[in-house]
Amino acid sequence: MKIDHSVPMEYSTDENKMKILGFWIFLGAEIALFSTLFAVYFTLQGNTKVGPTSADLFHLTPVMIETILLLSSSFTIGLGIHAMRLGLKKPMMTFFGITLALGAAFLGVEVYEFVTYVGEGATIQTSGFLSALFTLLGTHGLHVTFGLLWGGAILLQIKKRGFTPETTNKSFIFSLYWHFLDVVWIFIFSFVYLKGLM
Amino acid sequence: MKWDEFFVTGEPMIYAAMVSIVVVSLAIPIALTYFKKWNWLWTNWLTTVDHKKIGVMYILAALLMLFRGGVDAILMRAQTAVPDNGLLDGQHYNEIFTTHGVVMILFMAMPFIIGLMNVVIPLQIGARDVAFPRLNAVSFWLFFSGAMLFNISFVIGGSPDAGWSAYFPLASLEFSPTVGNNYYAIALQIAGIGTLLTGINFLVTILKMRAPGMTLMKMPMFTWSVLITNVIIVFAFPVLTVALALMTLDRQFGTQFFAMQSGGMDMLWANLFWVWGHPEVYIVILPAFGIYSEIISTFARKNLYGYKSMVVSMVAISLLSFVVWAHHFYTMGHGVMVNSVFSITTMAIAIPTGVKIFNWLFTLRKGKISFTTPMLYSLAFIPIFTIGGVTGVMLAMASADYQYHNTMFLVAHFHYVLIPGTVFAVIAGFHFWFPKVFGFMLNEKLGKLSFWFIAISFNVTFFPLFILGLNGMTRRMYTYSESTGYGPLNMLSMVGAVGLTIGFIILVYNIYWSVRYSPRNIKSDPWDARSLEWSTHSPVPEYNFALIPTVNRLDAHWFAKKEGKPLATGKYEPIHMPNNSGLPIIMGAAFFFWGFFMVFSWWIPAIVFGVVILGTLAYRTFEKDHGHYISVEEIERTEKALRGEQHEN
Repeated sequence: MKIDHSVPMEYSTDENKMKILGFWIFLGAEIALFSTLFAVYFTLQGNTKVGPTSADLFHLTPVMIETILLLSSSFTIGLGIHAMRLGLKKPMMTFFGITLALGAAFLGVEVYEFVTYVGEGATIQTSGFLSALFTLLGTHGLHVTFGLLWGGAILLQIKKRGFTPETTNKSFIFSLYWHFLDVVWIFIFSFVYLKGLM
Repeated sequence: MKWDEFFVTGEPMIYAAMVSIVVVSLAIPIALTYFKKWNWLWTNWLTTVDHKKIGVMYILAALLMLFRGGVDAILMRAQTAVPDNGLLDGQHYNEIFTTHGVVMILFMAMPFIIGLMNVVIPLQIGARDVAFPRLNAVSFWLFFSGAMLFNISFVIGGSPDAGWSAYFPLASLEFSPTVGNNYYAIALQIAGIGTLLTGINFLVTILKMRAPGMTLMKMPMFTWSVLITNVIIVFAFPVLTVALALMTLDRQFGTQFFAMQSGGMDMLWANLFWVWGHPEVYIVILPAFGIYSEIISTFARKNLYGYKSMVVSMVAISLLSFVVWAHHFYTMGHGVMVNSVFSITTMAIAIPTGVKIFNWLFTLRKGKISFTTPMLYSLAFIPIFTIGGVTGVMLAMASADYQYHNTMFLVAHFHYVLIPGTVFAVIAGFHFWFPKVFGFMLNEKLGKLSFWFIAISFNVTFFPLFILGLNGMTRRMYTYSESTGYGPLNMLSMVGAVGLTIGFIILVYNIYWSVRYSPRNIKSDPWDARSLEWSTHSPVPEYNFALIPTVNRLDAHWFAKKEGKPLATGKYEPIHMPNNSGLPIIMGAAFFFWGFFMVFSWWIPAIVFGVVILGTLAYRTFEKDHGHYISVEEIERTEKALRGEQHEN
């Protein structure tokens, strides 16, 4: 395997470059997936029937907390990749650990919110609006959950194997995934919550 | 759930199918044990990551599915051949036209095309494998487990019966209470993930692994068509993923997406389905255009006319394919403006398609045409497909469509597009590339015989349906009375269907005959073709190219032959190859069982297999697998053997 030292380690082999490109294409497919979910949500948004409307349901505080948690985690994973490029194993692992912790906290608030909604009689089965809402949020939440498992597995590998072309490549790709989840959340925050609160 | 609900009962044909399934699934392991072939099967095929072998497995599975979908087709034609026929009842007929559609599009046409892609693309761009060989195997096994899951539905639990487009509210739990549409949603979901991964894999392969000197505009036309097709796959399949997930949620988790009474919207399904479904049509047709381009320029002995316009028109088709979906339901009341817009975009597709037809005709002009089997299919494609295209423009006109909608005219139209378009293309490609993979040719005499049977019978089968449709016969009608006067033309169509069956039997017999008797000492380039895949040996060695060729123009292999200059020079170096792996087939099996339990809402085993799937992913991420090297001595040995056997030139 030829290693090119003039670029960051995650790009240093042909295989690594292909994996990064492939993941970008995968993110393209993910954009199509979330766009479809948003389209479904916008279509059914007003169809609340007997159930609550978005204005009845949404509260700014938990959503604001979620947003701050997830946006900070995007920042810390950026710091983690920066540390990785400087070859600093321990800071990298620390920042990745903080990222995952913030992700877990986000997930905790989201679960709390779901429980609150269900407590107010708003379940996924209540109306077209709520089915679309829970599915959109749930798909994002599942992505975060999967990210926690995936990120945890990568942290273990970094710990055991250090920085190699494979582990840095995986970490970098994971950071792309994590930033992407943040972007999706910004859309959810703006077009689901802020619009719904108005 | 009781056992008699679990197994489908009460139909002699179903019992016969059950018996044959049991016999076959006992016969295969017994035969493997008796001939001591388990090890061979496992190491050479089931665990392979070699793109050629994966391609062969795709094509074998597609042929199997062609048989399954073909049996469905014959049953439908037999049922409607005479008025008031009692061969099938309404329910059984509904199930059969549903599975016929799903199997033929998703488990026959697509895997056949993906199989040819797998075999040809790395060879055509001068690469040694695809970008992600392991992922490629995962794609295959996901497709295969989806296909098998879908196929067991007709003996266990009941098949889907709401049409291949599964419109709501018909496909809802209320109107389709069996597990049939659960199978539809889950099986297509699993196969769809595989297809998406294929799309990503081939995009990266084509963008990153081309031989030195092969710029985008020097790629063979089939490679171009596959590149564009995979872009469509990547952006269209996630829509299907969402649509199917919503279907599962609605049917099994009580959500309200498509049910009107609680604020859902049934038309939402139709829109989501066709936002994927129409690009899907181009996913199966664009690679076919690529195959025809290769074959026509090879056997006209000319370079492809209008290369750039071919590329531009394919890009145009791919963009238009995403903005025409509503033409599938003009009559469902979305207003004049919407209908007009979609009418215009739909008709606009005729322009780039017409450009391509003329390019093929100009390629043929003044060519030295040799009438080989693949060429016969390609030549027949042009006029027959044009009939399909012209009737498509008729259907595109929204106001006129109120007459044609859901009649046999539509059925005739899409068979006139899909059969000469996709089916003829994959058969032509199969004959064309067969010697490349196996090192011997299919018999030309039998090939031509089966061509004439298929081409003539196709028209006998489907042309009468145009007239029946205009006379008012609707599609999906399981029987009709004699007074309608539909009888004679339906009988004629049945005669054609028998002819098609004979044609396909000859095709399969040809494979058998050629395996036994076809001469093995062919040259590496038996058709005197143009692109890179013909510059290496037939059959292709594991590593494809001992030396990577350098390309300086389109059809470089052709010009290298004319000028007598080799495309690749230099000394052999050790070649890095990926290792085989059993993980993809294990993942496929885990997905199969997960899907099966999901279908029946047996949550605990479904969760268990969901965890197994996560486990395979975890195993993969911790696995250390750096592949292996093929030594220079081994390359020399293989090359010598391949040259020696073939009496080259």
